[in-house]
Amino acid sequence: MNELTHVDEAAVSGQPKIAPAVEPKIVARKVQVFYGDNHAIKDVDVDIPANSVMSFIGPSGCGKSTFLRCLNRMNDTIDVCRVEGKIELDHEDIYDPKVDPVQLRAKVGMVFQKPNPFPKSIFENVAYGPRIHGLARNKTDMEEIVVTALQKAGLFAEVKDRLDAPGTGLSGGQQQRLCIARAIAVSPEVILMDEPCSALDPIATAKVEELIDELRENYTIVIVTHSMQQAARVSQRTAFFHLGLLVEEGPTDNIFTNPHDKRTQDYITGRFG
Amino acid sequence: MSLSVILLVLLALAVVGYVLGRSRALGSAGGDMQKLHSLPSYYGWNAALMVLIPSLLVLVVWLIVQPIVIHNQVASMISEASIEKSSLDLVMSDVKRVADGLDAAVEAGAMTADQASSIRTEFTDVRDRLGDVGVALGSDVNSETLRAAQRYREIASTGALLRLIVVVGFGLAGLAFAYMRSHRDFRARNVVERVVRWILLSAASIAILTTLGIVLSLIFNTIEFFRVYPAADFFFGLTWSPSFGGGSELGIVPLIWATLYISFIALSVAVPVGLFAAIYLSEYAGPHVRSFAKPMLEVLAGIPTIVYGLFALLTVGPLLVDAFGGGGLFGVDWMQGASSVLTAGFVMGIMLIPFVSSLSDDIINAVPQAMRDGSLGLGATHSETVKQVILPAALPGIVGAILLAASRAIGETMIVVLGAGAAARLSLNPLEAMTTVTAKIVSQLTGDADFASPEALVAFALGMTLFVVTLLLNIAALYIVRKYREQYE
Ligand SMILES: Nc1ncnc2c1ncn2[C@@H]1O[C@H](COP(=O)(O)OP(=O)(O)OP(=O)(O)O)[C@@H](O)[C@H]1O
Ligand SMILES: [Mg+2]
Repeated sequence: MNELTHVDEAAVSGQPKIAPAVEPKIVARKVQVFYGDNHAIKDVDVDIPANSVMSFIGPSGCGKSTFLRCLNRMNDTIDVCRVEGKIELDHEDIYDPKVDPVQLRAKVGMVFQKPNPFPKSIFENVAYGPRIHGLARNKTDMEEIVVTALQKAGLFAEVKDRLDAPGTGLSGGQQQRLCIARAIAVSPEVILMDEPCSALDPIATAKVEELIDELRENYTIVIVTHSMQQAARVSQRTAFFHLGLLVEEGPTDNIFTNPHDKRTQDYITGRFG
Repeated sequence: MSLSVILLVLLALAVVGYVLGRSRALGSAGGDMQKLHSLPSYYGWNAALMVLIPSLLVLVVWLIVQPIVIHNQVASMISEASIEKSSLDLVMSDVKRVADGLDAAVEAGAMTADQASSIRTEFTDVRDRLGDVGVALGSDVNSETLRAAQRYREIASTGALLRLIVVVGFGLAGLAFAYMRSHRDFRARNVVERVVRWILLSAASIAILTTLGIVLSLIFNTIEFFRVYPAADFFFGLTWSPSFGGGSELGIVPLIWATLYISFIALSVAVPVGLFAAIYLSEYAGPHVRSFAKPMLEVLAGIPTIVYGLFALLTVGPLLVDAFGGGGLFGVDWMQGASSVLTAGFVMGIMLIPFVSSLSDDIINAVPQAMRDGSLGLGATHSETVKQVILPAALPGIVGAILLAASRAIGETMIVVLGAGAAARLSLNPLEAMTTVTAKIVSQLTGDADFASPEALVAFALGMTLFVVTLLLNIAALYIVRKYREQYE
């Protein structure tokens, strides 16, 4: 299936706007995920290029979140969940017994669908990760890390006078950018975002999208989204999932203007999903 | 006519009402259910409720009023002289006993009903006659008491007859009324709905009214106590030495001190153990362990406190003596007997573990999964997540749980009666025996104390103090817990 799409893509690819990076950041091969008896991800192969944004689209329940959560082993926290196959981050198998999932998650950060700031101050929310990983030698260091992260997340100007106020007191969009700042603060290499804008209004969404575009420079980003427009706006490559299968993957433009698979076509023209 | 007969009659009437109301309504619709406003059974229920509710209300009022009326009627027959000799209450209880005795005699066939109402002390030894049928009377029955008792029986039997007539009359009237109304346009469903609401409401008010009644009776007796004993001495007195001969010192301070001391020890056992158990169960335990361990902990909560008391007295106390007593493990002679603050506190702590753990478990589970994911997703370990995110988020709720546990500890009785000792003492040494507010309430009210003496009445003042303290703790706890719940809604 996957080889098929690759072949197709090669056949039709005129000039993709952004060529796939020579060296992919993440390589997944024959990934299977089971929730008990439920076979949620079937044989997924995908390469995720470094320093670009890849989006996962597909109808509800097709396994986008499940696959995303495989990439930083968040599925380990679900008792019934079993993952098979191989996922490499910089050529290192992340499911190798030698790999510490806790260390891995510091490298592969995650932003969730619903903003979930901790019930702590804005400052403490961002400082949480660096403190756990001992990234700051002293107070000044920590302040610098926090301020930089907030700046990168485009939130600093809005909260600089109230860093001690509770993070839960911010607006939804601000909370989500706080969560992004929190993820950035531990200097991850990859940031996974699961529908980061679904709880936000259009203005807050625009801000987060803008932010994602800027972050691409330094991070590899994978984003799950239900908005085709959003995928088109922010991502360079797009993968379409359906019923646990990765149906089609390629440069975003190609997927939206020239899908090869009937199912992809149906989905992006709104015939199901 | 006994009460159960009345109830049976009413029940039968209600069944009849159900059947009649239902069939009349159906009949008015020509047997076509579609034409009825409500389902047929609603007409039946309407009639049954119309039978039961008014008649039962009348019955309840009657049961309350009749003894008062009888009391007043009979009391007027008692002469001033006999009231002066003892008291009206005592004479009246004699009267009642004789009346009950006569009833028993008639029932046993030792007297005819006529004899019972006509015998005179001048001709018969009533005490002997009643003794023959197994009714023991303390003193000889004088003619005044006997006559009052006979009058008592008279009024009571007329009352019972009247009661039957009136109550059943109300039942019949309700039945007739409901029967007339059972017509196809009658909105029986709405009526039943309203009645159900009132029934539920009254159930809720009974709980509240009972609490109010308890408080009122406490207040009344407490005021009585403060009339015979100065409040300042009670609240600030450092000595507790009641003596029923009079001249007691009834200072609450040593009792409160021991109560708080024991509660403190109990909480220092229960809070860490209970909290850690809750963290383990809600965060680490797999579904199998959880499904086994949680019910086990709850069984611990179901053990009667008297059993904990025995455990304190027979196991923990002697163990502590082995350790701290003369010639014990540590070679110190710090503990004289098995009863001590530490014994009671430790065992009470064990009793409170399931209390703390199951409340904390609920609260920790209420912390949204998103919090955990957020922390784990940043590369925090499980215990870092628990310590830095989950516990702070759950803290207000946990504090509430601890306050609730504290109010249980303060009110606990059996464990301290058996494990803490009986002597009131103001001391810092946890190995000494002391006694608490609750234990003293028990000891002041058991035995032959005169209920009007300050030594007995003090129990109510103690109870009132305890009530106020635990009430405040509970209010604070509920307030905190509720505030915490809102945080995640
Ligand atoms: N924690 C879980 N336990 C058991 N089954 C799960 C769990 N999470 C997801 N699943 C199952 O896995 C399948 C894929 O779910 P997933 O959440 O990955 O879908 P999704 O593509 O993210 O959907 P959505 O767009 O609605 O978020 C579904 O059938 C779902 O029922
Ligand atoms: Mg999802």
